Amino acid sequence: MSALHTKTLTELAGLLQSREVTAVQAVGACLDRIEATEPAVRALITVMAGEAMARAETLDAEGPDPSKPLWGVPVVLKDLLTTRGVRTTCGSKILKDFVPFYDATAVARLREAGAVLIGKANMDEFAMGSSTENSAYFRTANPWDAERVPGGSSGGSGASVAAGQCFAALGTDTGGSIRLPASFCGIVGVKPTYGRVSRYGLIAYGSSLDQIGPMTRSVEDAARVLQVIAGHDPRDSTSVNAPVPDYLAGLGRDSLDGVTIGLPREYWGGGIDPEVEAACRAAVARAEALGARTVPLSLSLTDYAIATYYIIAMAEASSNLSRFDGVRFGHRSQGAEELIDMYTASRTEGFGDEVQRRIIMGTYVLSSGYYDAYYNKAAKVRRLLRQDFDAALGQCDFIAGPVCPTTAFRVGAKADPIQMYLMDIFTISLNLAGLPGMSLPVGLGTDSGMPVGLQLMGRPFEEADMLSVAACLERNLDPMPLPAL
Amino acid sequence: MKISPQEVAKVARLARLDLPQDKLELFAGQLGDILGHMDKLAELDTDSVEPMYSPVEHTTVLRPDEPRKEHGRDEVLGNAPRQDGQFFIVPRIV
Repeated sequence: MSALHTKTLTELAGLLQSREVTAVQAVGACLDRIEATEPAVRALITVMAGEAMARAETLDAEGPDPSKPLWGVPVVLKDLLTTRGVRTTCGSKILKDFVPFYDATAVARLREAGAVLIGKANMDEFAMGSSTENSAYFRTANPWDAERVPGGSSGGSGASVAAGQCFAALGTDTGGSIRLPASFCGIVGVKPTYGRVSRYGLIAYGSSLDQIGPMTRSVEDAARVLQVIAGHDPRDSTSVNAPVPDYLAGLGRDSLDGVTIGLPREYWGGGIDPEVEAACRAAVARAEALGARTVPLSLSLTDYAIATYYIIAMAEASSNLSRFDGVRFGHRSQGAEELIDMYTASRTEGFGDEVQRRIIMGTYVLSSGYYDAYYNKAAKVRRLLRQDFDAALGQCDFIAGPVCPTTAFRVGAKADPIQMYLMDIFTISLNLAGLPGMSLPVGLGTDSGMPVGLQLMGRPFEEADMLSVAACLERNLDPMPLPAL
Repeated sequence: MKISPQEVAKVARLARLDLPQDKLELFAGQLGDILGHMDKLAELDTDSVEPMYSPVEHTTVLRPDEPRKEHGRDEVLGNAPRQDGQFFIVPRIV
């Protein structure tokens, strides 16, 4: 079983259910793989070796349970999902000793489905970044090339899955933080419709944008994980009480007859690296060969999305992060003699530069005299952006384009904040609109040799159709290789 | 859009952050650039547009007001930098 780590979650789950592989063997294989690859990749802030092995032994003693779709499957979590009894840092020094006393709902659902949690993944501090270089702990390397970033902010999750350390990871996507690292690491990443997955226990960045989703090595794997974590939760008033369809039922389709794919000219115009455009165009041509019809269309407000997004995200962040005051949890500065000074010193010592920058920007756009000009203006443009998408999705079933204009960039290449923000140009609109989307690996760039992701975007709560189209395309593309590690 | 280090310091104070002079100057330049980028939104006419604050625009969700005890005091106090078993302890306020 030396090559267990190259299997998909779907394959492993079958082997576990048939007892060809035990939970202890599956966890052991992942822990071995973590030991072998972590020195180069550094995807994990916390490895839950002892706890994971104990849980695997318990599962094996009970025997496989066909009602638990992830029975014995080792899974990694982005380190902003609370885990009962396991340190949760959010990539920040301010939470370096924080041990939650409750599980996030998505985490509890994974446990109930039989999954074994094996690690907490590195991330940009408070999910603010597109490269995982903003972690307060260390940077994560791209498993395909250690001198390049894995994308962010769920870069540890993406790198861990690509490196074979686990069979699925959960990430969160506020402006592309699942889709970008999935694209850069050559794996599948799904950002569900806003409200599809409970945010309870997700340490908030932008509450009206954040959504938890799966990162895996195949479309079917992502469908299996989404099936477990999706659904209404009374603990999250923005989780939507709509039935969860069977995400696996439609995965077997062998053609794309009757599917219309919209190609927005703003996503396929200038500014995209030729190698990204070539790989994405080849994938779209394959979709056409399978029967899909493509139509050109326009998302004319794309140029306004970054400004809209950063105003709203920073405003929400400045509000959400006010809870870190050194009183109930997190870092407290020693020596301050008065309460206000203690707040200020704790926050100043605990937050990194990018977090401080966004808190200040957010406070500014919400402050008296600027609220209407910035925050309310952005909220109005947000509605226009949603209308833009609704109109586009009236002309087609899915929208397709690159996830990012480039493949994974080199460490340190985006030192200027705005250069980093521009990496999100094709991903942020979807969060503003609240729609589902995903990154599907479609090959390697001919110049960089790095993975390229095609983005699919769909109508609200139509993840099942999106996954069925992606699975059909995946089967008909050249198999995505694994990185040589 | 220009923003001065003094303005950054004022906003930082509102956000309970205390930045050294070199960082105030660095942030002033960067925030000015970011705000300049954001000013692009002024090109759009939004007079008749209702703001959209969340993709889920349903009305407030209500539930029966029934007392529940999900977590113990020890758990809730467990992460506090200082506590006495009953209360969070903070520096003096007055």
